[in-house]
Amino acid sequence: MTRTRRRRLLLVGMLLVGLGAAAALGLSAFRQNLLYFHQPSQIVAGQVPVNTRFRIGGLVQRGSVQRHGHDLTVRFAVADCDASVPVVFNGTLPDLFRAGQGIIAYGMLDKQGVFEADQVLAKHDSNYMSPDVAKALKTGQKTNCMPARMQAAR
Amino acid sequence: MIPELGHLALVLALMMALVQSLWPLYGLAAGRPIYMRLAAPAALGQFLMLGVAFAALAWAFYVNDFSVVYVADNSNTNLPWFYRLGAVWGAHEGSLLLWMTELAAWSLAVVLASRSLPREVSSCVLAVMGLVSVGFLVFTLATSNPFTRQFPAPGQGRDLNPLLQDPGLVFHPPMLYMGYVGFSVAFAFAITALITGRVDSAWTRWTRPWTLAAWVFLTIGITLGSWWAYNELGWGGWWFWDPVENASFMPWLVGTALIHSLAVTEKRGIFQSWTVLLAITAFALSLLGTFLVRSGVLISVHAFATDPARGVYILGLLAGVVGGSLLLYAWRAPRFATGTEPVAVLSREGLLLLNNIFLVVAAAAVLIGTLYPILADGLGLGRLSVGPPYFNKVFLPLTAPLVLLVGGAATMAWKRTRPVVLTSRLWLPAILAVLVGVGLPLFTVGTHAVVAVAGCALGSWAILAAFEDIVRRTRGRRLKLPRQIIGMTLAHVGVGVFVIGVSLVSGFGGERDIRMRPGQSLTIAGHNVTFNGITAQQGPNYVAQVGTFTLRQGDRVVSRIHPAKRRYDDSDAVMTESGIDRDVFGDIYVSLGDSLEDGAWSVRVYNRPFVRWIWAGGFLAALGGLLALSDKRYWRRRRRRHEPHDPAAAARGHARREPAV
Repeated sequence: MTRTRRRRLLLVGMLLVGLGAAAALGLSAFRQNLLYFHQPSQIVAGQVPVNTRFRIGGLVQRGSVQRHGHDLTVRFAVADCDASVPVVFNGTLPDLFRAGQGIIAYGMLDKQGVFEADQVLAKHDSNYMSPDVAKALKTGQKTNCMPARMQAAR
Repeated sequence: MIPELGHLALVLALMMALVQSLWPLYGLAAGRPIYMRLAAPAALGQFLMLGVAFAALAWAFYVNDFSVVYVADNSNTNLPWFYRLGAVWGAHEGSLLLWMTELAAWSLAVVLASRSLPREVSSCVLAVMGLVSVGFLVFTLATSNPFTRQFPAPGQGRDLNPLLQDPGLVFHPPMLYMGYVGFSVAFAFAITALITGRVDSAWTRWTRPWTLAAWVFLTIGITLGSWWAYNELGWGGWWFWDPVENASFMPWLVGTALIHSLAVTEKRGIFQSWTVLLAITAFALSLLGTFLVRSGVLISVHAFATDPARGVYILGLLAGVVGGSLLLYAWRAPRFATGTEPVAVLSREGLLLLNNIFLVVAAAAVLIGTLYPILADGLGLGRLSVGPPYFNKVFLPLTAPLVLLVGGAATMAWKRTRPVVLTSRLWLPAILAVLVGVGLPLFTVGTHAVVAVAGCALGSWAILAAFEDIVRRTRGRRLKLPRQIIGMTLAHVGVGVFVIGVSLVSGFGGERDIRMRPGQSLTIAGHNVTFNGITAQQGPNYVAQVGTFTLRQGDRVVSRIHPAKRRYDDSDAVMTESGIDRDVFGDIYVSLGDSLEDGAWSVRVYNRPFVRWIWAGGFLAALGGLLALSDKRYWRRRRRRHEPHDPAAAARGHARREPAV
């Protein structure tokens, strides 16, 4: 074996080891950290497993936001065109959280069908909506329930 | 009138870019050097035209010309002038214009600095940059013209996204883009090497400073972005593994690998093909970053609402650039003369090879995590996202050995290093690093967790080993070290500082979500935080509810901080302004949540130990890069100013000639 070949072999060997390690790490970390997006009508239809972390997205239903007096617990409902799901969250809500606003929440569904959120996100531009939420609002049985100002926006 | 002038200038810039790219390439192919001469003046012309276009858009913002749609969408008469300037690149169209203007600026820098290069090299480099510019100019003119008018003009603009109304906007995007675009120079040199078939030490000496300059800008840009996000988002975080952050991080990782492999190629004449491939990859990832941010496929705080035509065009451009250059690479790279000496593992080149492998694998891991959700959506596998834990899990084991290697960087000699040399020089830094690793977390954040200890030990190892090298080199002599060495040392110290910061802020800072009424207080990290109350204040284009919090340590008042909630008049958007008590050893960070009943507010209080070290590390690394860049060897005056007119002689002589930048 010439020196060049040995060097190349070393290079290729190291690359393979590195890539193999990364692939193994990546795959295991991947499996645990993939977060699916589900919309309220899928949840109400029972297509979503309980006790698995996922993302939910939709509009905050008008008149659904309730606070409890003593801590930061907030209850509200997230809706798409066809269904709504109750959400409970303990923490600080994002600036743009308000009724009628599109949001995404991270968390798990409990056995009673309540989504226990550990993180709530709203986009920092009131005219912009997350692509996931936008898609959820366009795919209902009713043709479209996107708020009017969103349709007017570019 | 002025916007039309800007539009015209954009069209002329496209013409110039066409001349800059097509004529020299024709000249090269047909062996007619006279055509190659056009590259430099065309690059100058393109820069001037883009400068005019940029100035025209900036002027439209300055005078609030709302007949320009882009201005009306992103500005407002109540916006202070510096934010109106920043608003030029606050959205899609303008940031593209910034991208192209900076590309033209880099081309101009190549023209100015490469007068000593053989004409066929410099004009080929300019031609490649011109081609990239053509791609972006056509894109802008066809889909994203910033000068589109509307009549009648609205009386008031829609206002800049309040999230962007921060000094960060003025500095972060231009710096980041300078980094992205700067890799186009290394890319152009790589393509030139493939076309001319030569990767010699002269080529690497030309390419190195350009790559380093781009890397410095990118490092500063990313560090500023992280600092901005920390201040502005109100989440107390400095990195979110957001796809757009990843988009800037991938070229950084590959660019870092490129700087190191260029060193090997210059000093040892090996890894040529690899270096060229890295240069292509770094720029391809910069383009991918642009695509990801601009196409609207991302779920991200940075994502703009865009129409699909734009995404498809950039994807096409990306495919063209990457596909074309990889084809060229497959065709030409086997011709490079390869060195025949083996690489010893215990040698500087062996170390740098490992460094490259880790960096590239890390970049690949980030790439997979970033692109997988997009692919999965495209393939109908469901809408999903890859959470930050994935990145943390994959990244930690990949970067820890990398930092270990950093410590050996200066001590390791080229070709071969005897183990005894390593141990005799590095035992002291190693022992000290372990002591610091145990002591620092214990005495500052009061933990002996493995992650903190290992992180601090690794970080201080990088710092101490770098200092050991400097001390050893200068001891007993009045030796003036080359700036390149000082720069490298500083950059590696920066890595160490960064690692210490990361390992102490992640997981060892507390955070509390709490409901507070005026007069109430809480204790966090030895600080007593009292909520004094809220007052209303009027800003230039917003009304703010400003809270006052008093921080005490014992009886001593440390500081008063003022987190605020702003409601912007024109967009009716609410923004949180965090209040931060900044300290070398840690921040106390307060952000206001919602106003609850009877004067209470929901409040988030974070303890962020050593968070400043993260940005300090980034800036140190960038400063190191700058110092290395100022090294005399890149700026040595060449003996012959003018080239001989015989191109054949120029081609023959180029390998021996002194390089300029």
